[in-house]
Amino acid sequence: MISIQGVSHAIGGKRILNDVTTQIAQGGITALIGPNGAGKSTLLSLIARLEPLQTGRILVDALEIGACSDQVLAQHLSILPQMADHTPRLTVKELVGFGRYPYNRGRPTAQDDAKVAQALDMFGLNLFAGRTLDTLSGGQKQRAHIAMIFAQDTDYVLLDEPLNNLDIAAGRSLMKTLQSMCADHRKTIVIVLHDINVASRYADHIIAMRDGSVIKQGRPAEIVDSSLLQDVFETDAPVVKVEGTNLVLM
Amino acid sequence: MTLKIYIWAGLFGLALLSFLSLFIGVIELSLADLWHDPAAFELLVISRFPRTAAALICGSSLAIAGAIMQMLVRNRFVDPMTTGTGPGAGLGILIVTIFFPAAPLIVKMVLASLTALGASLGFLAIVQRLPPTQPLLVPLVGLVYGGIIGAGVTFVAYQADLIQYISVWMNGEFSGVIQGRYELLWIAAAVALVTYFAADQFAIVGLGRTASINLGLNYTQVMLIGLVAISIVAALTVTTVGMIPFVGLVVPNIVSRLVGDHLRNTLPLIALLGALLTLASDIVGRVLRHPFEIPVGTVFGVIGTLLFLWLLSQKPRHE
Repeated sequence: MISIQGVSHAIGGKRILNDVTTQIAQGGITALIGPNGAGKSTLLSLIARLEPLQTGRILVDALEIGACSDQVLAQHLSILPQMADHTPRLTVKELVGFGRYPYNRGRPTAQDDAKVAQALDMFGLNLFAGRTLDTLSGGQKQRAHIAMIFAQDTDYVLLDEPLNNLDIAAGRSLMKTLQSMCADHRKTIVIVLHDINVASRYADHIIAMRDGSVIKQGRPAEIVDSSLLQDVFETDAPVVKVEGTNLVLM
Repeated sequence: MTLKIYIWAGLFGLALLSFLSLFIGVIELSLADLWHDPAAFELLVISRFPRTAAALICGSSLAIAGAIMQMLVRNRFVDPMTTGTGPGAGLGILIVTIFFPAAPLIVKMVLASLTALGASLGFLAIVQRLPPTQPLLVPLVGLVYGGIIGAGVTFVAYQADLIQYISVWMNGEFSGVIQGRYELLWIAAAVALVTYFAADQFAIVGLGRTASINLGLNYTQVMLIGLVAISIVAALTVTTVGMIPFVGLVVPNIVSRLVGDHLRNTLPLIALLGALLTLASDIVGRVLRHPFEIPVGTVFGVIGTLLFLWLLSQKPRHE
């Protein structure tokens, strides 16, 4: 369980997070949604220790962010880096191998090799294993990065808007992979999503934020409705139920 | 597999060139002379061996420094010698020369390392404010930044009537290297060697800040270690033989295109190719206008650029 206790955050004098207290339960996909500037990405980067905590506490199981050693945290919690323009000429296999760095500090054991092989297999990257990242398409590159995170084998996986720059096929395949990571490998996934419909379809739990505060949270079937859109996004789009999923009509 | 072939070919070439380097120069020297002529042996020990060693050390450590800097800055087109670190080292030497002319060499060295580090930190601070979507801005800003520091150094040197003195280390060449005047370079060699133990850390930093923190790395610490290593190498090279541009730019790029960026595997080849090309440039510079010499930096600029252009025109590798 990730426990967020009284977390406030300001950047350059501007309040981004306002005394946020909430919990993210173990297992399943938790989606953070909200309008631009709601503080979703900031909250995620605080959990991932990308930014130092200003006020409040964040605990990942028993590990306290800011007090726990980086190496130990890296074995429990991972965050998918955003795709950058600059890609080193690493092969897919070399990149996925770095996922084992928190365990082996650069000296891979047979067990590490097995984990890397498993990750390549699971993400269908065997054919690409010897290709360098700069020769891959955006979707393939992202799959390679997620395979690295998978090889890192942490209980918690954080992702910040991973669907950006992905076409619909790559986006769907990513969301399905995340679902199976939760179902088959008992991961807990926290994901910032831009599209509320994606959250409604794939997430097990939604945390809706606005102006640095959590407005509502719960199961998508229960909370995705026109009042949520009104309260969080200040728009009155209709919500319909299709095959058991609440969908917002743009 | 290909990596091993390159390394063996490189070692073979290096052995050949080193042998040539020992026997090429203004004074005739042959292998047979060494057996009966003590003067020939003296020439080898005092001049030819130090010169060869200096070229090998400078070439390999500058190439490694370039590879590390390209990882830290996440840009393939930076070269520590031109983007601030080299001119920064020059600034340190100038300060010592003007204010503490009697200071021992080691003091000069330490201060040059510190100013080189300061200049590198300044460059990094600027780079982090540049838009990541414009990768070519980084080397351009680096050139301007290095140029400004260099111009400052030249101006102060001009005022202090030290222009001749600074031109010695603004244009690197090995003709002044003799026994007793290059040994500090071995420290640069040691520093370059030690960086190998942090090869994985540098490669991960090349993936970006988020990826580094995700894998449990102390990002700031790795950046600082890298910059310190680069600065020491730059300062030692500049104080002993002078600035040699392009090695740190061209060599890592060639190796990256041939075998990739996994530094733990590629650093040995980067060191090897840096040594090879630098020594080759020095030998060519010694032979072309015999008995006069062309500075190694000039020759390297031509050879390195041609190699680089040829590589750029090749198709990217697919396996």
